[in-house]
Parts: sequence; C-alpha cells; structure tokens
Amino acid sequence: MDIATPARAELEGTCLRCAGLWTVAGIEAARLPPEGVASRVDAAAIAALDTCGALLLLKLAAPGARWDGLRPEHAALLELVRAHRLPAEAGPPAREENPLAQLGRAVTEHARGLGELLAFIGEASAALGRALLAPRRLRWKPVLANLETAGFEALPIVGLLAFLMGVVIAYQGGMQLRLYGANIFIVELVGLTMLREMAVLMTAIIVAGRTGSAYAAQIGTMCVTEEVDALRTIGIRPMELLVLPKMLALMVALPLLTVFADILGVLGGMATALLLLDVSFTEFLDRLPRAVPVRHFFVGLGKAPVFAALIALVGCFQGFQVRGGAEAVGRQTTQSVVQAIFLVMVADAAFSVLFSWLKI
Amino acid sequence: MIEVRGLRTQFGALVLHQDLDLSVRRGEVLAIVGGSGSGKTTLLREIALLERPAAGSIRLFGEELAGIGEAEAFGLRRRFGMMFQQGALFSSLTVRENIAVPLREHTRLPARLIAEIAELKIALVGLPAHAAGRYPRELSGGMVKRAAVARALALDPGLLFLDEPTAGLDPVGAGGFDELVLALQQALGLTVVMVTHDLDSLWRITDRVAFLGERRVLACAPMAELTRAAQPLIRAYFGGPRGRAALPPG
Repeated sequence: MDIATPARAELEGTCLRCAGLWTVAGIEAARLPPEGVASRVDAAAIAALDTCGALLLLKLAAPGARWDGLRPEHAALLELVRAHRLPAEAGPPAREENPLAQLGRAVTEHARGLGELLAFIGEASAALGRALLAPRRLRWKPVLANLETAGFEALPIVGLLAFLMGVVIAYQGGMQLRLYGANIFIVELVGLTMLREMAVLMTAIIVAGRTGSAYAAQIGTMCVTEEVDALRTIGIRPMELLVLPKMLALMVALPLLTVFADILGVLGGMATALLLLDVSFTEFLDRLPRAVPVRHFFVGLGKAPVFAALIALVGCFQGFQVRGGAEAVGRQTTQSVVQAIFLVMVADAAFSVLFSWLKI
Repeated sequence: MIEVRGLRTQFGALVLHQDLDLSVRRGEVLAIVGGSGSGKTTLLREIALLERPAAGSIRLFGEELAGIGEAEAFGLRRRFGMMFQQGALFSSLTVRENIAVPLREHTRLPARLIAEIAELKIALVGLPAHAAGRYPRELSGGMVKRAAVARALALDPGLLFLDEPTAGLDPVGAGGFDELVLALQQALGLTVVMVTHDLDSLWRITDRVAFLGERRVLACAPMAELTRAAQPLIRAYFGGPRGRAALPPG
C-alpha cells in the first residue's frame, strides 16, 4: 500500500471533499474535520477504500448525507459497512466499587481459596490412604520418574548453593569470633545453623521454585487442553495419577537433598574455617560430633518431608486452579511458588515453637 | 497473487513436498485438499511466512520469500490475514481486544476508532454485539472461528488464509461459515486460500481446488472438473460414498 497519498478530507461549507487512499494505512496520517457535519460528500477522488476507511467516512458524514461521484464498488462497500455498523454505544460504564466492598470481596475470595486448598489436602490425604491400603495400585513408574527429575537432577544446584551458604555463614560469623579469639566455635556456628535450619530451608525453597512450579505448569496446561477431564472419563483419578506420585517422590527426594545440602554446607564452612580462622579439617571434624549433638541433624531432616508435602500439594493445587488459557497457567504457577515458600516459612516457624516446647 | 515453483519441504529424512508448483489468482477462492499428512497445512504455513521451505521459490504479492529480510517480511505480513485451525485467539483478551491487537500494533489510529473498527468486524462476521466483551473461553467453537476471521480481517488484507475453517463445526454452523466466507470474499474482493476436508465447502465456495498427493500438486481445477479426473488418488478421494453424497444435484 502506498502511504505517500494518505486520505485527505476538506470541508467546504457543508461539502466534504475526499481524496487519496481511504484504507487502514491511509487514514492514520489523515487530518480530519469534525464528525457529522458534512451534508454532502464528494467522493469522486477516493483512490481506494476499505472497511476501516468506509467506517471513518460514515462517521464524518452527517446521517442522510448526499454522496456524489461514488464508484459503484465503493458504494457497495459503504453500504455493507453501514448495514453492519453497530449503533454507537458507550463502552461498559466503569464501575467504581467502594473500598469497603473491595476489601470484603478480597477477604471472601481468599477465604474461599483457603477452603478449596483444605478440601484439596483432604482429597489428597484420602487418596494417599487408599494407596497405602493397596500399595500395588500405586503408580510406581511416575514416582521413580519424578524422583529423578525432582531429586537427582537438582543435586548440582542444591550442592552448589549449600556450599556457598556454608562459606557465607562461616565468613560472617567467623569475623566476629576472631575478635574474641574464639575461632574454634565456628564449628558450633556452622554445624548448628546448617544442620538444623539453613540446609533444609534452602533446599525447600530451591525445590519449590524448581519443582513446585513445574508441577503447577504441567497440571495447569493439562487442564487447559482438557487432558485432566479425559483422564476422569477414562476412569483414572487425576489425584492418583498426577498428584500422589509427585507428592511421594518429593517426600523422598527432599530429605535426601537435605542430607546432601548438610554435607556440602558443612564442607563450605570447613573451607572458610581453614582459610580464615586456621581451624584445620581434623580439628573441625573432631569437634563437630561433640559440639553439635546428632538430634539437630534429625530435627532438620524431620522437617523435610513436611515441607515436601506442602510444596507438592500447593503446586498441584494451583495447577488444578487454572481456568482459561496461557495467561492463567503463568499466574497460577507464580502463585504456587509464592504460596509454597510462604507456607514452608510458616511451617518452619511452627516447628521452632513446637521444638522449644518439647525442649528438643 | 501467489506463485509457488519447484517447492521442496523436508523434515529430517521425510520429504513432504518435491517440485511442487501452485499459483493463486487475484480474487479467487482456492482450496488445498489431499490426504492426511500430505502437507496441506505445511504448504499454507510456508506461504504465510511461518515456515521456510528447503528449496524452491514462493512469490507472494510478487515478492520472493526465499531469503527475505525481517523488515520486508514484516511489511508482507500486514497484507494478509490468517485464521488458525483452533482459532488461536489470545485467551487473556476479549474478542474486541483480540481484533484490536493488529490495529494497535500496526497503525496509529485513535483508540476510539480502533474499538469501532473492531465492533464493525464483529458484526461483519455475523457475531452478536454482546460477543465483543466476551473472552474466547466463553464462546462456542463456531463463534471462536468467526472471531478468528474477524481478527484476520482487522487490517483489511487482500488475502486471507484459512486453515480447516469448518472442521469441528456442526452442519448448520459449517454451512453458515461457508456463506460468510463467500459473502466477505465478494463484498471485500478477497483472495482466499484455504485448507479443508469439507466436501460441501469445496462445492459451495471454491473457484479452484488444488489436490496434493505424491508430494506435489496433482491437479488444480474447479471441483466439477476435478471429480472427473482419472488420477487414482483423486478418484479415491472424491469417489467414496462421502464424495458422491456431496455431489450437487444434476
């Protein structure tokens, strides 16, 4: 399309003289007179017309205007557009909701979301119960496949980050300890923080971002493409095929990853201790079992399956919440990561309170 | 309008097209038919600049597509509209917003006029006015296809590609869609290239039909001529009970 001759419209009295290309490319550069004034339109010089141009012409001309010099094909197009032009309606009025109503809506929506999550956890528990009563019905192949993707393939990233975490904790704490000449207490510092809190928490966060989001996206896409409904009609419970294997696999994988993170985290601390505080590997390892009782290791490890169940349940739940299309998949995936990390933190705080009551 | 010469398409070891020739004239409705896996949709996608052939030449509006630059391709894309098989409407946008996307992207028209143009297109494809504010998931299959045509026509292109326009529609809906394509083609002077399996559509709206088989276009002729062809593949395609049932009376 030649944009060199855009649409032109000049108003002479009540006569509108039109020329040039009245096409979608031609009209965008046009300078236009006010709408609905011209009672006569001279259309003889219009070089080309399409539906967009015709619509604009109809807007410029007053209703019942006389059209002169219109080519027959242009007249037909103009008639087509006139017949299909909707009565100019104002867009849907923007409704201002008062802040109180907005607050109420948000609260009820969140409450309903929470209720649905609880219902989902109940359903998953029931399915788990059924599976434990009849373990042969459990689908072991997806369990193993999930174990590989969620566990084995996460080893490098978990190991690297745990090592760096150990280095950072030992460095920050070691600087303070060195001021008091209490270098050897680096063992307590690194051992306790890594084994009891940091390793399991960091692993859970990595897994929530890496695996929980993948669960949500997979199930969400399956919802969009009606694969989940197809499973139901075939008589396979989506809960048993899609949720249980993921949950079980993660409940095995996360504790194993935590142990791995424990080892590499302490290793990172040891490296810093050697370089910064002159605490040799032998001294460090000699002191570690005496300084940090083994129960701290089990406290950290014991939290892992709970975090795993939370991450898997939230990921799957958000996947099933997807309605519509691609955008909803993205939104629920984000939600799954945010909620999973939030719930992991809340659970960790609850564990701290519980353990201090029990004096563990 | 479109000239395809010596086209060759290859996926790994599988040769889909070999020495394929096809030409489309201005203002005609041309259908591409052929058995499953004969590369109909791939051919359409190659002409529509979505895939690149392994060899051969495709001229669209007189411009050679082989080795075309990004800027020229961008200009060409403005000049045709494409309706995908599943509609491919953007699920996060309403029908009105879907149709406005190409207008907002390619023109500097004021938002008010764009909304009016979108509503005009909605009426042109025979959708009710209340469909404008709906999301694609709230529409029936037939309405999605009509909305997809409306979006394809947003920039008033001279050329329209349709991929399986009547697949998945009930007979009434498919018939209505045929009439829509015919009416738009005549009113707007469109050139239409469509891939279809629908024998009734072939009889009702096409000027010529290109039959794909043995990796090339076996024949390209009006339906009445094509159904009398002696070529065994074509005879098998149109000679079955369904093909005979779709014959117009007389």
